Amino acid sequence: MTVRDRQPRAAGRLLALAAVLTLAACAAPRPGEQFNDPYEARNRAVHEFNKSVDSAVFGGGAGKDEPSSIPKPLTNMASNFAANLGEPGSFLNHMLQGKPVPAAQNVLRFSVNTVAGVGGLFDAASAIGLPPATTDFGATLHTWGAPEGAYIEAPILGPTTERDLAGTVVDIFIDPVNHALDWPDVGRVNAARLVGKAAQRLRFSATANSILYDSADSYAQARLLYLQNRHFELGIEEDQPDPFEDPNAN
Amino acid sequence: MPTDLTRRSFAALAASALVAATLARPAAALTVDQAKALVDTVTGEINKVINSGASSEAMYAAFQDIFTRYADVNYIALSALGPAGRTATPAQKAAFTKAFSRYLAVKYGKRFREFVGGQIEVTGAKPVKTFFEVQSVAKLQGQAPFDVRFQVFEKDGKQRFFNIVIEGVNMLSSERAEIGALLDKNGGNIDAMIAQLKG
Repeated sequence: MTVRDRQPRAAGRLLALAAVLTLAACAAPRPGEQFNDPYEARNRAVHEFNKSVDSAVFGGGAGKDEPSSIPKPLTNMASNFAANLGEPGSFLNHMLQGKPVPAAQNVLRFSVNTVAGVGGLFDAASAIGLPPATTDFGATLHTWGAPEGAYIEAPILGPTTERDLAGTVVDIFIDPVNHALDWPDVGRVNAARLVGKAAQRLRFSATANSILYDSADSYAQARLLYLQNRHFELGIEEDQPDPFEDPNAN
Repeated sequence: MPTDLTRRSFAALAASALVAATLARPAAALTVDQAKALVDTVTGEINKVINSGASSEAMYAAFQDIFTRYADVNYIALSALGPAGRTATPAQKAAFTKAFSRYLAVKYGKRFREFVGGQIEVTGAKPVKTFFEVQSVAKLQGQAPFDVRFQVFEKDGKQRFFNIVIEGVNMLSSERAEIGALLDKNGGNIDAMIAQLKG
């Protein structure tokens, strides 16, 4: 490695550090509101933009909630391949979170799927009882005690939070696969990740279309879905309201 | 000796706690088991429908039937309608509940249809506040299994489920947001909202 290509990586690390420090300035929730969404107006504008991109790329629209016509094995392979490339990143984050057991699971899954899963096209590990254990730097920040911050709908990227957006940026720079490879392989790997994302979108096209195009307020539905699902992933217990205390239904 | 006394009273306390726990357990266990049995039946019927190869329309009708028999659709509908229900007439409430029941069956029926070739398996149950949460796993072909929870309560002497939580996403809060938005879109007019819900 020459000194010249060391410099961008050092810059990357600085940027990652800056992203973490920005979290200290995370917006705090306003009392009495269901969601911490102070940027709602701007988020809604981005949501409309994201919807127009989505329908241009995936041809979605109202009432198109039938399963995708692209064969499932194909979309499964593309998303498996991308998921396999994510194992080293999950391993690193599990280690940063002090969780060696799922970290070991990432190592095993990566080995099994790369070898027996034909370079990651098949999830052979799940078949032998090694289910996915994905994590990211946003989750690492959560275990380190960083607050979630405000809800954000980012262009193209979609629903996230201040903490998860910072995590996504950091993940790009600390990703072991990106570090192990040089150009143009890094480009190829990240193109494969992008294809994997698109495959995921197609794999759940019926559900995604129904939320984006058949909801009365798709922004509100996407926000609720992201935050509740993310809390579930992070192991944050949502307060379950007492059904007998609902004043409207008893 | 004070030590003896403490030890004896501790033993007595432990014994009475044990008795209380033993006495309390059968009743609670029975209810957890009942909740689990209910969801076992529900998932069994859902599995049968999704793997029946029936037409979409027949599946939606079957799901609506499952909801009617095992879910408290009335509770779910009124909870989704929220504060607007307080000013609604009984006729409006009835019309809304009817339209909502069909809407719910089609919406969730479509999602369940994506489980074709899969199985939902009940894995456990636990009490939460005044209800029970029954955990299950949806196992789909070529996909990582995902978490589906049914929340069951006993109301008017009947055990029924009133909420489904899929990978943390709560049906009741999602429908409350959706019906609220639909009502806003129709300027707060319940009749217009019901007409739109019918599609």
